[in-house]
Amino acid sequence: MSDGLRESATFDRATIHAIQRAAATGVYDIRGWGAKRALPHFDDLLFLGASMSRYPLEGYREACGTDVVLGGRNAAYPIHLDIPVTIAGMSFGALSAQAKEALGRGASEVGTSTTTGDGGMTPEERGQSKHLVYQYLPSRYGMNPDDLRRADAIEIVLGQGAKPGGGGMLLGQKINARVAAMRTLPQGIDQRSASRHPDWTGPDDLTIKIQELREITDWEKPIYVKIGASRTYYDVKLAVHAGADVVVVDGMQGGTAATQDVFIENVGIPTLAALPQAVQALQELGVHRQGAKGVQLIVSGGIRTGADVAKALALGADAVAIGTAALIALGDNDPRWSAEYEALGSAAGFYDDFQDGRDPAGITTQDPELAARLDPVEGGRRLANYLRVLTMEAQTVARACGKAHVTHLEPEDLVAVTIEAAAMARVPLAGTDWIPGSAR
Amino acid sequence: MDPMIFDLEKTPLREVNRTLHRLEAGTVQIQNPHGKHSVAAGLRTAIKVYINGHCGYYAAGMNQLADVVINGNAGVGVAENMMSGSVFITGNASQSAGATAHGGLLVVTGDAAARCGISMKGVDIVVGGGIGHMSAFMAQAGRLVVRGDAGEALGDSIYEARLYVRGKVASLGADCIAKDMRDEHHAELRALLERAGYDDDTADYTRYGSARQLYHFHAGNEY
Repeated sequence: MSDGLRESATFDRATIHAIQRAAATGVYDIRGWGAKRALPHFDDLLFLGASMSRYPLEGYREACGTDVVLGGRNAAYPIHLDIPVTIAGMSFGALSAQAKEALGRGASEVGTSTTTGDGGMTPEERGQSKHLVYQYLPSRYGMNPDDLRRADAIEIVLGQGAKPGGGGMLLGQKINARVAAMRTLPQGIDQRSASRHPDWTGPDDLTIKIQELREITDWEKPIYVKIGASRTYYDVKLAVHAGADVVVVDGMQGGTAATQDVFIENVGIPTLAALPQAVQALQELGVHRQGAKGVQLIVSGGIRTGADVAKALALGADAVAIGTAALIALGDNDPRWSAEYEALGSAAGFYDDFQDGRDPAGITTQDPELAARLDPVEGGRRLANYLRVLTMEAQTVARACGKAHVTHLEPEDLVAVTIEAAAMARVPLAGTDWIPGSAR
Repeated sequence: MDPMIFDLEKTPLREVNRTLHRLEAGTVQIQNPHGKHSVAAGLRTAIKVYINGHCGYYAAGMNQLADVVINGNAGVGVAENMMSGSVFITGNASQSAGATAHGGLLVVTGDAAARCGISMKGVDIVVGGGIGHMSAFMAQAGRLVVRGDAGEALGDSIYEARLYVRGKVASLGADCIAKDMRDEHHAELRALLERAGYDDDTADYTRYGSARQLYHFHAGNEY
């Protein structure tokens, strides 16, 4: 390529390819993963480590707690996690049974929770998950009261960050006999999940629905409400009014197994913009960081490092959830499968066709031969390692800020390096006392 | 054995439901529901429950094995996600009756409002009167029998559920079509009507089901 060629910022290579693809096929692009566009994110924040005016804790020697209690507001049995990093909802169907088992193994090894998805609860994940959150979705695929009672918590899903306002889909190549039976659908069809719940509409109905789920489970289980980040301030307030014990907010970087590309990249708001809105809503209702009787906030969408974890907690989350990062820890996009990724027209580090069911790593597939490539024990070990690193990194940062518990981190410990991030996170631009949008 | 009697004016709903969840057998009378929600939700054994009065949302929700009679009207989502057993309503049912239910028999003697049988997954529903709009939306499996008329967009995006309607259908939803009534369908319908206590001529009914034209998105990523 000549040095003089100039790529258009508006019509870059990916955009040109998308136009060519649409013109050639007449169908829109469906893919997995979350938003790939550049967005203000936790990278745009920095911690102010202790110095003269703050007193740090000694790394490795002084304790820095990481445990978190979720759902004590109404439930007889709240969940007590050892670390504030949970595994987000991902369905059996989108993922192989081996992948679901590996997620359960990894999470349980470090004392945290994993979550079912749109397709019901499998024995593999229940058996290997010390703390299992059972999702209650519009489709109600596989929903049954026995699994509801077997769960440790219930998560009512209103939406997810990759597609707030959208339903789900699982393409036919992944609807094998077992997946079809669990969802009561014909084998091999392209399956749709509704975007609205079938028996309630709006926050007043949600209040009654939450009461029903509590009645069915004898008021034992914490009830989460998960929302895709859009009108987060209002949604969180309504969720709390409806009776949620825990609110889960998923930003637009949160992953999906199969969604239209146009949806993933253009609907919803970044995690960084949603989190402070959620915290404000909880604070105004007097339920933020109120111990077991408060409403806890779990934030997801683009959590990759212990720094991300620490920043989310500092901004007011009680815990975070990971999805895409957990799959990468299991072996997704591993260079060892480079040749096969390239045969699929992708590359290690770029593969996002989770909907196709041809995942060389054996994670986002129902092909028995591909799925057998993932050893659930080894996958679980890798995930547990990763979760330990996230936790230790978050502790390292927290100690440097003088905190004896990671949830003691606070917005005062943060500054932003961009005006956008400062405005969204509501922390000062580094070196100034300026928070865009706030009175000085 | 005398029936166990609960008065919801005197006993909190939570206590009533908790007791019912632990009951292995027997008959229960529930008085004065006064539109309360989630009455007899989450039953899990083959008990008989009579609810004497009108119920709010989600009466007999997620029922397993129990036979529930509501002597009155039922609110939104009666017998939602029922797995087995039966729910019999002497009056009318509000919207989303039998939503997502996997099994068992739901009988509504009067009318059922919108979204009756929405996302049904194997339940049998017999409605003595008519049903509202968007009924059997995304209905996956099971049978819905309507002795009266059906509202707009019946069976929109339907999968494999079978619908039998005696009266007029205001309109059919996407991918829902009228189908032939073969002998096995007459027999199936006759059996369903008998279970619900009706003796209609099955020749008066039309069967509706999926044209199966929405089963594939034609959304390739081969490019």
